[in-house]
Amino acid sequence: MPTNKLDQLYRSVIMDHYKNPRNKGVLEENNVTIDMNNPTCGDVIHLTLKVEDGIVQDAKFEGEGCSISMASASMMTQIIKNKDVDTAVKYAHVFSDIMLGKEIDESIDLGDLEALSGVAKFPARIKCATLAWKAMEKGLGAEDDEQ
Amino acid sequence: MLSKDIRKHFPILDQEINGHPLVYLDSAATSQKPRQVIEAINDYYAYDNANVHRGVHTLGNRATDHYEGAREKVRKFINAKSTQEVIFTRGTTTALNMVAQSYGRANIEEGDEIVITHMEHHSNIIPWQQLAKEKGAVLKYVILEEDGTLSLDKVRQAVTDRTKIVSIMYVSNVLGTMNPIKEITEIAHAHGAVMVVDGAQAAPHLKLDVQALDCDFLAFSGHKMCGPTGIGVLYGKKELLNEMEPVEFGGEMIDFVGLYESTWKELPWKFEGGTPIIAGAIGLGAAIDFLEEIGLDQIEKHEHELAGYAMEKMSSMDGLTIYGPRDPDKRAGIVTFNLDNVHPHDLATVLDMNGIAVRAGHHCAQPLMKWLQCSSTARASFYVYNTEEDVDRLVEGLRIAKEYFQ
Repeated sequence: MPTNKLDQLYRSVIMDHYKNPRNKGVLEENNVTIDMNNPTCGDVIHLTLKVEDGIVQDAKFEGEGCSISMASASMMTQIIKNKDVDTAVKYAHVFSDIMLGKEIDESIDLGDLEALSGVAKFPARIKCATLAWKAMEKGLGAEDDEQ
Repeated sequence: MLSKDIRKHFPILDQEINGHPLVYLDSAATSQKPRQVIEAINDYYAYDNANVHRGVHTLGNRATDHYEGAREKVRKFINAKSTQEVIFTRGTTTALNMVAQSYGRANIEEGDEIVITHMEHHSNIIPWQQLAKEKGAVLKYVILEEDGTLSLDKVRQAVTDRTKIVSIMYVSNVLGTMNPIKEITEIAHAHGAVMVVDGAQAAPHLKLDVQALDCDFLAFSGHKMCGPTGIGVLYGKKELLNEMEPVEFGGEMIDFVGLYESTWKELPWKFEGGTPIIAGAIGLGAAIDFLEEIGLDQIEKHEHELAGYAMEKMSSMDGLTIYGPRDPDKRAGIVTFNLDNVHPHDLATVLDMNGIAVRAGHHCAQPLMKWLQCSSTARASFYVYNTEEDVDRLVEGLRIAKEYFQ
């Protein structure tokens, strides 16, 4: 089997986030709660954020879904923590570009996110990866009407 | 088992997907189309295309003959008494909505009951939800047995003299369960309710006989039974259809049109507003010819055997859960399952990389998923062109997925 293509999708970093999700749970002290689902497949996410002084102080998620959606949620919470709201939203846009297979400005530190770039080659799975990011954008009041 | 020669009629099967010969196990979503159907549609557009029921010219007559000829094929296929009882629709969803919007709105009052089950497809839930909300009626669900079957006792408990409509699927698109429609119809009739049958997963796989079932309405889609998308059928008993108002108004369905009042054509045309789905109906007619040449009893047998073979092979795998009745004779050619520690989407992607097409998700049956206590499942569904080798390939693919995600 063409393991190469499959390996491009399921990088070890993704599997690590899937099996050992970061920031799993529900924030007791939170001021933003978002529930979102992917109606075509049944994936769900429950995201809680603590936003103070324009900074995402903390983020936790719970959900049910495939490895891509859950790993993406884990990475998302990791990356937005301690970032200001604008930067968090900017990361959502960068992530959207990654899913579209666009070149990303090298100056941006993608961290583990880079591992999800393989998803762009699996059009049916892009929605899995973007669920958590859409929830975050919605929570931060920056829903993109075009998406 | 049916002869493998059947595969030759399906040009789409002769291709590689991700470097492997295609194994198509998603026929419950939509079936593949034999050359006979593709050519019938092509020939219609190439040689006979014209609008129906109005042309004085030769092409108009030919198109009308083909279109109405397809209706007669459907009538025979479901053993309706008359072609007046056969209405062409866009599909099962449209057909069920027509019953809810026309019969339902005229006959349901506050406090009346509509009875469905936990295994229904969304298309046989939401039209009734909407109707119940509009009328202040009560939507009741028959709960399922442990193995995903329906017990007639529970149906008897749910159906009362307040019940006006019972609407149940013939074959479950998730569990593969074949429901005792004839018996349920008797229960509905004993309480003066009408029986609506969602036949979307039944029409492709088993011999339908609306007179033997005595159901009042039956809905099904062409595209799941080797026909094209965009065509379906609503069967209704003539005496009910005659009393019902059309749902769509406009051209084609009228008799006399005045400035402020109009009258409708007779059955079935009063329900077919606008230029009908001519090519779709002709394609469906060709699909019926194709299925009848094989024989519906042979198709049903083939699928039972394949489902039985698949369940036997899959049952031996560790960590694999199969949903629905264990007895292959109680189910159609649908096997829905989950593999421990592998989400159905991930599983479907690994299988796709191996050339195998399965469905992953909630299968448009979220209440049933809730009942199964899982958010999604994987589903392999079989049809005339599938073989034991396809099942072997699936099982091999499952092994690969299991190893990959260990």
